[in-house]
Amino acid sequence: MSSIDVIQAGLFTSIQDLGRPNYQHIGMPVGGAMDTFALQMANILVGNEASEACLEITMRGPVLKFNGSYTLAAAGGACELKLNETDISCHQSYKVVSGDVLKIGLVTEGLRIYLAISGGFNLPKVMGSHSTYLRGGLGGFNGRALKPDDSIPLKSNVPPVSLRKVREQNIPHYPKHVKLRFVAGPDRERFTKDGIYNFLNEIYTLSPQSDRMGYRLTGPVISHKNQQADIISSAIAFGTIQVPGEGQPIIMMADRQTVGGYARIAHVISADLHKLAQMKPGDTMRFVEVKLEEAHRLLKEQRNLLNDLYELSASDK
Amino acid sequence: MQVWRTKILLFHPLINDFMKPIIQVNGDQSFIIKLGDVISPQLHRRVKQYAQQVHKLDLEGITQVICTYTDVCVYYNPLSLAYAKLIDALKSIDLEEDDLKSERVNVLSIPVCYQGAIAPDIEYVANYNQMSTAELVHLHCEAPYLIYMLGFSPGFVYLGGLNPRLETPRKEVPRQAINAGAVGIAGNQTGIYPIVSPGGWQIIGQTPLQMFAPDREPPVLVQSGDYIQFEAISEQEYKLIEQEIEEGNYNPVIQTKELTYE
Repeated sequence: MSSIDVIQAGLFTSIQDLGRPNYQHIGMPVGGAMDTFALQMANILVGNEASEACLEITMRGPVLKFNGSYTLAAAGGACELKLNETDISCHQSYKVVSGDVLKIGLVTEGLRIYLAISGGFNLPKVMGSHSTYLRGGLGGFNGRALKPDDSIPLKSNVPPVSLRKVREQNIPHYPKHVKLRFVAGPDRERFTKDGIYNFLNEIYTLSPQSDRMGYRLTGPVISHKNQQADIISSAIAFGTIQVPGEGQPIIMMADRQTVGGYARIAHVISADLHKLAQMKPGDTMRFVEVKLEEAHRLLKEQRNLLNDLYELSASDK
Repeated sequence: MQVWRTKILLFHPLINDFMKPIIQVNGDQSFIIKLGDVISPQLHRRVKQYAQQVHKLDLEGITQVICTYTDVCVYYNPLSLAYAKLIDALKSIDLEEDDLKSERVNVLSIPVCYQGAIAPDIEYVANYNQMSTAELVHLHCEAPYLIYMLGFSPGFVYLGGLNPRLETPRKEVPRQAINAGAVGIAGNQTGIYPIVSPGGWQIIGQTPLQMFAPDREPPVLVQSGDYIQFEAISEQEYKLIEQEIEEGNYNPVIQTKELTYE
């Protein structure tokens, strides 16, 4: 049987890919990986399409037994990683054969790890995607997080691929305080001068009341002009920063709703979403404004980094 | 072809002064085009028209177009479509003067059973509004509702047109789990829960229809701009339709109707 047996499930492990961006008009959350940069990196390392589904591992990883010959790679933060009791590294691919046991321990830097397996999972797609959407109980493996004794089917007869490694200088690092770049939001006129000042200059902390849907922040109040906190519900995106009446911001993440009713002060740029995805409760952040051109230039830079890894992989075949 | 009177517009504001479209940055992968700042069927028609025009641009790199109450949101891939080019294209969109006297709309019939255990709050809502449950059901089924947009959860429809006589505050203590298909009232809104979720709406009935079925294509029965009409059914009819759906023999009733504005 081509599969992985789940011996321990870890704190919260689910199957994710790049989500369902084409169903937002019917109210379906996009979902998918919180850190899409790491997901793509892990996939390229094992010779998959960059958009293939991975295991998204949160804070403490699973113990997995392999049935079949595969190549695997973990990417994202840093974590304790053992293959049959031998220490191995993130951001590098390894071969496994039937009976091999992979132990992913604590995540020691960042919050999430993406485990890619060559060929991907042998599971049905729901609405064009493997992503697990927990609230709807759909996608991934039976629409839920992994549990001990699950057996996740893998594609069989996957051709072997050469082993690969991310260049040292391209391995992402996740400190406890980050600078997040943003473009201004459509409702910025609804905030007071003091509110905007605080947003631009103060430090905000990630609250434990944060999940795949949204991150709640705590910090100095971002005040609205009189009665301007609520808007007629309108579109929100990954990284949209909404501020409800109480003045504490919420950043919309992968499983966000497609529309929201609070004033949108800003949006974290796409190239910085991976930093956000890797933050832990208690970590802190500051916001810095950039122009739309700059946001696009930085996204292109990130894409080039993935292309570089892809070419590096292709050239050693 | 059945022609409706304008009854449905009784419960909507009539607003005809529109603003010039305003293009706003909504993150680095979408723009919002704001067309007004009220919730009205007239503005909704304008939103729909604008979205159709965006589709007609047929521009490589536009990934999704979404209609909300007052805006259109256009998602794009900035790595394949330069934002300046997209803005130029959006600026070229010219909305026609909206002087249509009538339009054709799709109306989905939603059978609802307003009896028994699946209507736990119907007595409360009737008492609150000082009417009989029969009158409540009559008023709830009387006029069709416009679907302004879908959101909140997959397949959830934001409806307009609730008779003000049925307005009822939310429950003080929300329920932990409300069934998929539950029909409820909250404030001046009425709607249907497409998936099991916690919630504070007053539940007055239940439809056997699956408003959201991820394995069906399309997964929803309606889209923004369609209308729905509730139809009261008995518990027996409910069971029958439920069985037909299970066996794959039920076809939702969707009619095209001519809607006249006066």
